[in-house]
Amino acid sequence: MEVTVKIAEELRLTAEEFELIKQKLGRTPNFTELCAFSGMWSEHCSYKNSIKWLKTLPRDGGRMLVAAGEENAGLMDMGNGFGVVFKIESHNHPSAIEPFQGAATGVGGIQRDIFTMGARPIASLNSLRFGNINDAKTKRLLSGVVKGIGHYGNCFGVPTVGGEIYFEECYHTNPLVNAMSVGIVKVGKTISATAEGLGNPVFFVGSATGKDGIGGASFASANITEDSAEDLPAVQVGDPFQEKKLLEACLEVIDTGAVVGMQDMGAAGIICSTAEMSAKGGVGMHIDLDKVPTRQKNMKAWELLLSESQERMLIVVEKGKEGAVLKVFEKWDLPCSEIGHVTGDGLLKFYMHGNLEAEIPAYELVLGGGAPQYTRDYKEPAYLQKVAAFDTNSIKDVTDLEATAEQIIQIPNIANKRWVTVQYDSTVGAANAGTNAPSDAAVVLAKGTGKALAMTTDCNGRYVFADPYKGAMIAVAEAARNIVCSGGDPIGVTNCLNFGNPYNPEVYYQFVKAVTGMGDACRKFNTPVTGGNVSFYNQHPEGAVYPTPTIGMVGIIDDMQYRMTLDFKNEGDAIILIGEQQNDIASSEYLHKLRGVEFSPAPHFDIDEEFAVQKFVSSLIHSKLISSAHDISEGGLAVTLLEKGFNRELGFDVAANTDLRKDAFWFGEAQSRVVVSCNQEQVEQIRQRAASANIPVTILGTVTGGYIKVNGESWNNTLSWKEKYNTAIENILNA
Amino acid sequence: MKFGIVVFPGSNCDRDMQDALQNDLGKEVIMLWHKDEDLSMFTTDDCIVLPGGFSYGDYLRCGAIARFSPMMKSVIAFAEKGGKVLGVCNGFQILCESHLLPGVLLPNAHQQFVCNNSYIINSTGGKALKIPVAHGDGRYFASDELLDELEANDQVIFRYCDSLGTIDKQFNPNGSLRNIAGIRNKQGNVFGMMPHPERASSSSLSNVDGLDVFRILGMN
Amino acid sequence: MTYNVQIKVMPLKDLLDPQGKAVMGGLKNLGLGGIEDVRIGKHITLQIEAESEDAAKALADEASKKLLANPVMEFYEIEMIN
Repeated sequence: MEVTVKIAEELRLTAEEFELIKQKLGRTPNFTELCAFSGMWSEHCSYKNSIKWLKTLPRDGGRMLVAAGEENAGLMDMGNGFGVVFKIESHNHPSAIEPFQGAATGVGGIQRDIFTMGARPIASLNSLRFGNINDAKTKRLLSGVVKGIGHYGNCFGVPTVGGEIYFEECYHTNPLVNAMSVGIVKVGKTISATAEGLGNPVFFVGSATGKDGIGGASFASANITEDSAEDLPAVQVGDPFQEKKLLEACLEVIDTGAVVGMQDMGAAGIICSTAEMSAKGGVGMHIDLDKVPTRQKNMKAWELLLSESQERMLIVVEKGKEGAVLKVFEKWDLPCSEIGHVTGDGLLKFYMHGNLEAEIPAYELVLGGGAPQYTRDYKEPAYLQKVAAFDTNSIKDVTDLEATAEQIIQIPNIANKRWVTVQYDSTVGAANAGTNAPSDAAVVLAKGTGKALAMTTDCNGRYVFADPYKGAMIAVAEAARNIVCSGGDPIGVTNCLNFGNPYNPEVYYQFVKAVTGMGDACRKFNTPVTGGNVSFYNQHPEGAVYPTPTIGMVGIIDDMQYRMTLDFKNEGDAIILIGEQQNDIASSEYLHKLRGVEFSPAPHFDIDEEFAVQKFVSSLIHSKLISSAHDISEGGLAVTLLEKGFNRELGFDVAANTDLRKDAFWFGEAQSRVVVSCNQEQVEQIRQRAASANIPVTILGTVTGGYIKVNGESWNNTLSWKEKYNTAIENILNA
Repeated sequence: MKFGIVVFPGSNCDRDMQDALQNDLGKEVIMLWHKDEDLSMFTTDDCIVLPGGFSYGDYLRCGAIARFSPMMKSVIAFAEKGGKVLGVCNGFQILCESHLLPGVLLPNAHQQFVCNNSYIINSTGGKALKIPVAHGDGRYFASDELLDELEANDQVIFRYCDSLGTIDKQFNPNGSLRNIAGIRNKQGNVFGMMPHPERASSSSLSNVDGLDVFRILGMN
Repeated sequence: MTYNVQIKVMPLKDLLDPQGKAVMGGLKNLGLGGIEDVRIGKHITLQIEAESEDAAKALADEASKKLLANPVMEFYEIEMIN
């Protein structure tokens, strides 16, 4: 078959890219080679429309042990000779087509990124976005995604310890499924995704290859249209049992000392792993595709190169140590075959039946090598004028506080997500310290290291929509705040950037501003971005999703005695607000869901103020002056107070002495506020410390045995609120 | 009393069990591989544990494939000699498939995986113990005659209850018959339970009720 | 008239069937050689009250398409029993 520009375009390469390929090869590629470029130069593998801006993020420093993008996942120093490996990744488009398998394979893929580096995963989180929860389609997607995440994660045996779920109309067609995994490794025992050593054998291990998800990488980069449902081959089936065996076998094989480099096969399968490992090591590979174990007969070279069959790894082994490797995989009953060797010419040569099917310089395929990098135009979206035009005074203040609070506590974005979370095994590993003692972030014991990790995912897409720069900063700030309120010290970030079509200048504006804001905030908090992933094209004919740059953040708790929980502890304790109340209802759940205002600015946020509040809360925790800390987020102060009471079924008696709007005081979502509780004897000391640190504090009231009183009015008791909070989502989904 | 923990492909609570027995209970533990057969290092005073997880992916039926592994032949012989055997979660399912324990574990009544803190209470009373469950197939099922027999022989060791020890359907996470959470065989040397005591045996997790479970089973 | 309909739902031919694969491994461990492939699906029976066999079959087909089988992952075959 003669390869033409038309075929290139069918493979989602542009005419210019086709020319570039011809230039780089000095000839017209054959079809197999063209497929290789199509996979590798897809948005998903090449980051061609995002890398320019990603490079502006703080990508080294702090505790980082490898620079961002160098390895499959970020690696940071935990101290005591241990490293923490973590990453977040999207599986949005596959989940839209087949929610169960899409979400399941998303979880599988992110786990492989962790253990391919030699780390044992200890915790998973996920960040999900769906359309209106009352919609039948949303219910189907939600149920499938949750079942898929549970199916894979529960069987694989890593606890799902945290995450977030939002329901907004803009995600109706394009749900977001972002999965994060965190693992532990001994420093010096990590494995790099590189190929080195001429003549070293290359092994293929794990599941046999079928035609699963062929073209998946390109598929992930395509707009979802009516026809997408017929893109059948793009569906991949996950096998968590196989992955569990692969995990144990990979960690065992690393212990043999025979492994030179290892990389999992994710998007663009064999071509991606061979190209990236070779390019990184500055070598080439000779690969016999006949030796790849296959599940289906008569697979063609290009199908083998692009297949996205799950649970597969590529391992470069030190020559002479093949026996040790084979023995481990035999023990675990996993296919393992030598499919080629490392060469010195930088060329990837793929053979089949003795014929050379493709010959491509590895460097030309990869990001940072020959893959194109684009500078896209952007312009301020028109809707931002509507945002700027919002006037708080146009909204009448609330009259019935209690009734409003009752509505707010039952908004699906705020209500208890237990319908979802009970379907995830959150206790396997016997290390989830949050099961019996909740904190703002998940707290997981890092067994064997003497420490614990605090971890969280955060992003309020509506804030980012309202103000991409500030909204992305808030996502970082909130993640850091959650970790600080759990007694942790934030150390690093992984991000999952979910946006619409990058060729739309208004979408690209959101992307540029969000990345800039994220970078500025990460510099302030000294939390470098260790890696992550970009998911563009979360767009349907009516528009894009809210720009959703999900932040996954990890923090360290050096000593569990300084770990902090969120719930009220004792009747009679003082309740103190740290940070300043604002006359601000912008972009709040209250304004959006109860008042129906679509366009309003991001809530109040000042990064220096935020930083100071976090430092102050951290100092109170480390001085053991407080017994609980919970930040104010969606739903405002009222929701924070109620949530603090639920765990021990304690209540509160508080009063507002203020000139602010009532809705702003109780339901506003201004940032940089934390509610703490403490023994009455500590109040004066906290007040003095706050004065010298120049941090506003307000004594709100006291913890009660279970009744709730606001401004002298009785609000019933905590149990009745807890019942509403717990059952709001179940009542919708079980209806 | 020393312990052996069988590792099947897909076991994922083996390390948690090892950690709890070694570090929380101070026991000697030997890890056993499903392809091996040798249990000669154990006497009938010792205990073999079948841990939780998804042996063979829990495909077909939970525990159905693991039952035929070489090590299980030895475990069955060990149990028949009077050695102690404890199966937790998937281990309980394997024991039922192996007919070392009567009955069967069916998919949860609500057809969903469930993970939460459940309370269970021992047949001899005592306080309700807060022990996590995490399973998709935990609904204990047997004929009425068999259930009557189990009760008559005092073979039902744990039932689901609330924090005060009240046994009622609403506190049952999976719809098991008669709120059964764990049983033993007639001879009293083979134990199976769905809740995970190894996930509640450390003060760092703010829950040590699991230690009481091991005590009740005579394994402390 | 009442029609008894049997519906067989199987994973699509070219898709990985993890369950079948694991069961095949189990059969091999039992020493049952010669079994080259295992695929596992569902067997569903419906009792349909309809005017005619064609109408019953059409209803079964619609039920299969909309709910019983997931066309992204599975195919189905309908068999009328009466």
